[in-house]
Amino acid sequence: MKKPTIADYPLAETQGDRIRGRRGIAPDEITLDAVLSGRVEMEDLRITQDALRAQAAIADAAGRHTLARNFERGAELVDVPQDVIMDTYEMLRPGRVRSKSILTDRAEEFRSRYGAPLMADFIDRAAETYLRRGLLKEE
Amino acid sequence: MTMDKTEKQTQSAVQTPVPNRWRRYSDWDDRPLRLDKFAREDAANGFAAFSSPADPKPGVTLSQGRIASMDGVLVHDFDMIDAFIAEHHLDPEVAAEAMAMDSAKIARMLVDMNVPRSDLVRLARGMTPAKLADVVSRLNALEIAFAYSKMRPRKTPGNQAHVTNAKDDPLQLAADAATAVGFGFDELETTMRVSRNAWSNAMACVVGSSVGRWGTLFQCSSEEAEELRIGMAGFTSYAETVSVYGTEKSFTDGDDTPWSKAFLVAAYASRGIKARCTSGGGSELLMGFHEAKSLLYLEARCLCLQRGMGVQGTQNGGIDGAPLTATIAGGVREMMAENLLAVWLDLECASGNDARSTESEIRVGAKILPYLIAGSDFICSGFGSILSYDNSFNASLFNGEEMEDYLALQRDFEADGGLTPLPESRALELRAGAVDAISAVLEELDLASPTAEMKASVVVASGSRETQTFALGATAQISEAIQGRGITVIDVICALANRGFVPEAENLLRLVKLRVSGDYLQTSAIVREGRVISAINDPNDYAGPGSGYRLTEERRGEISDLRDLLGQSDVLSAQSMHRKAEAQRIAYLEAGEAREGNDPKEVVVGISPAFGLQLYQTTGGLNLSQVLRHIVGGIEEGGAVARIVRMHHTADTSFLGHSAARLAGSGVGIGIQAKGTAIIHSRDRLPHNNLELFSNAPITTLEHYRGLGRNAAGYALGVAVEPIVVPTQGEALGARFHAQVALIHAIETGLVDPDRAPDEVTLKFLDEAKGGGSR
Repeated sequence: MKKPTIADYPLAETQGDRIRGRRGIAPDEITLDAVLSGRVEMEDLRITQDALRAQAAIADAAGRHTLARNFERGAELVDVPQDVIMDTYEMLRPGRVRSKSILTDRAEEFRSRYGAPLMADFIDRAAETYLRRGLLKEE
Repeated sequence: MTMDKTEKQTQSAVQTPVPNRWRRYSDWDDRPLRLDKFAREDAANGFAAFSSPADPKPGVTLSQGRIASMDGVLVHDFDMIDAFIAEHHLDPEVAAEAMAMDSAKIARMLVDMNVPRSDLVRLARGMTPAKLADVVSRLNALEIAFAYSKMRPRKTPGNQAHVTNAKDDPLQLAADAATAVGFGFDELETTMRVSRNAWSNAMACVVGSSVGRWGTLFQCSSEEAEELRIGMAGFTSYAETVSVYGTEKSFTDGDDTPWSKAFLVAAYASRGIKARCTSGGGSELLMGFHEAKSLLYLEARCLCLQRGMGVQGTQNGGIDGAPLTATIAGGVREMMAENLLAVWLDLECASGNDARSTESEIRVGAKILPYLIAGSDFICSGFGSILSYDNSFNASLFNGEEMEDYLALQRDFEADGGLTPLPESRALELRAGAVDAISAVLEELDLASPTAEMKASVVVASGSRETQTFALGATAQISEAIQGRGITVIDVICALANRGFVPEAENLLRLVKLRVSGDYLQTSAIVREGRVISAINDPNDYAGPGSGYRLTEERRGEISDLRDLLGQSDVLSAQSMHRKAEAQRIAYLEAGEAREGNDPKEVVVGISPAFGLQLYQTTGGLNLSQVLRHIVGGIEEGGAVARIVRMHHTADTSFLGHSAARLAGSGVGIGIQAKGTAIIHSRDRLPHNNLELFSNAPITTLEHYRGLGRNAAGYALGVAVEPIVVPTQGEALGARFHAQVALIHAIETGLVDPDRAPDEVTLKFLDEAKGGGSR
């Protein structure tokens, strides 16, 4: 899909056939019959990286760059398992981890394992700031 | 000697009380307002709305294109909030320009309809919290409201409801969700009395919200991790409890950091769930970490942080701190100012007006008005659609009790507050449908079996005190089973469809499907008539009169259509209900043109053109036959003689009375309109200078009319009389009766014939056991 702009919004109306669920099912195929017959599952009702990146492009086009960056970070988290998300959130809360390296290790895991460089940098920045503000120790 | 003096004082006090208080203060003591507390301004202790000596001066220094200091703090001294704002909010490319501009000039741009919103949004990207606060603090309340109206992101205003109850009853949640959707709320928010009930609450509300139409977004305010899990199961579509604070210590005390919250915001996006943050004046003060800074400055930090995090919107404007903020001088204006900051920073704004900040209904009405006329993405970030005691967030500014007051305000100001009057029969239909739907789901998923009695009690109940339903413990079991068995919205959709609730199943599926494209993740997104509208495809384009959001004729019709509207046909049909009964009590026998009397004891009663012919009751609900009987009775008791004349040339009280007086042998007459307004007049007086007037017909009793007759006789016979006073309790009689009065009077004036002379009338009282007959 080419980079959408404001004119392509709402994507569900203009890109109905190109926006697909995580298993390739298009919104038009998500019908009550499909749900009742078991062809559509929760997994098909989840957002995809592509859709989030498309929304990021629209947000950028509307001048909302910080919102776009958030959508891009979100896109990186789409395939990160729920327990890793909750665990990382917990690690970022104050006083949960004592050592900077635990956070930077998690950042590295996001970078290498989940292909999430933006989120990895974001966690690294948190670690630096936490260290400077005394929430963490160097190590 | 002392004893003597005291005794003497006591004695004299008994005889003539020494005034020690103007009793008006006692009256004021009894008013609800006196329950509100007002705090002294005390910046050192955090009680300052707009500015505090501890607030920093605005400023930014740049070094090699990077922020070197912000609001007087050097980069290496930044706390976490400063650091996050400097890195993610402040745009170095705009900062130099924006920070160099005169704050007064920017303030004027905010209220200048010729300066586009986008110019101001761009400048805000380069402004620090202290600069933003400095600008908006220069605006008065009216200017803030105007600027808010111009700056809010989405053109079409909306509203959000709280749907909760004191029993966490799933049946009632479903019924109340359906009702709230019926009133037009764009979002519903629930929370629990018992945290374990989160899953049950979520399922019940989302099922209820799918009855009638689709598209109302729903959230379940819960513990963060659980809220995300409930969202993952497909029950919720948005979250707004991502709280942020304006001081580092409040933040860590609240067990988070800017990074942990920003991570959570990205996590919500990754699950296709719309998110907004929560902040608001007074929260740092409540938490005890205010750094002696003003409420507005701290909130400006919160909002710059939120924009930096990339969350699409905020819920601010006091929120839980609203009651505290409202105790401070200028606090209500401060809440308006912080909402303005939010929209200026291009954030969707659910503009507070939720936690009830006062016991005074006058302060409630005044608080909401600027938002109602300015419009807002969500005017209330929680209008209590349920009764206040059922509100598990605590009472809202507006609750179920005051729903119709709010609807009336929309109509008064022709302002779209996001809601639409809901006809009684439709409300009942929606409630019954929702209770049936959730009951079917509970049975189909083997979670519970509501009895017919339970269902019936909930459908008609105004609040949970009237229901016979699940005990809290039973609901907890339902909730734990939903969670434990991993039930998702797909299971609920199937259960609905399998039990024949196909439209509801379709509605729910459409709502969940929104996630696939993520269109509703954009700023200020809601669903209207099956379409996502947001700041992208419905941007606020206000540029002066005729632009921005305007009511369509259709929408104007919707908000105007309150129940029990009064029209002439309603008045006529209400009157005609009494026609038959009056015909059995009295006959008006017209007996030719009225002559001038010469009996010095004669008082003429001049009745109006429609009196007893098209109109049969006064606005006080008295039958005209009785009124006449009492007037005539009074005249006779006073020793005079009554004669009845029907006027055709006028319906005006003064002229009815004056014309009657001119026909009377005594020169004294009574004029009376069918609505009950009556007058005593004298031939010698100018038409508008009467002897006595009963202008408040709705509270005039038969005894008053009898007294009026007696006094007229007194004036006729030259006896001194005490004027009759109809006591009022200060009721807003005009509000209660003037529409009806004007419609009734139009019926009278419709019969006026200026050229027709008065007619003699012989009254025949038909139902009188004794002393009846003709007059």
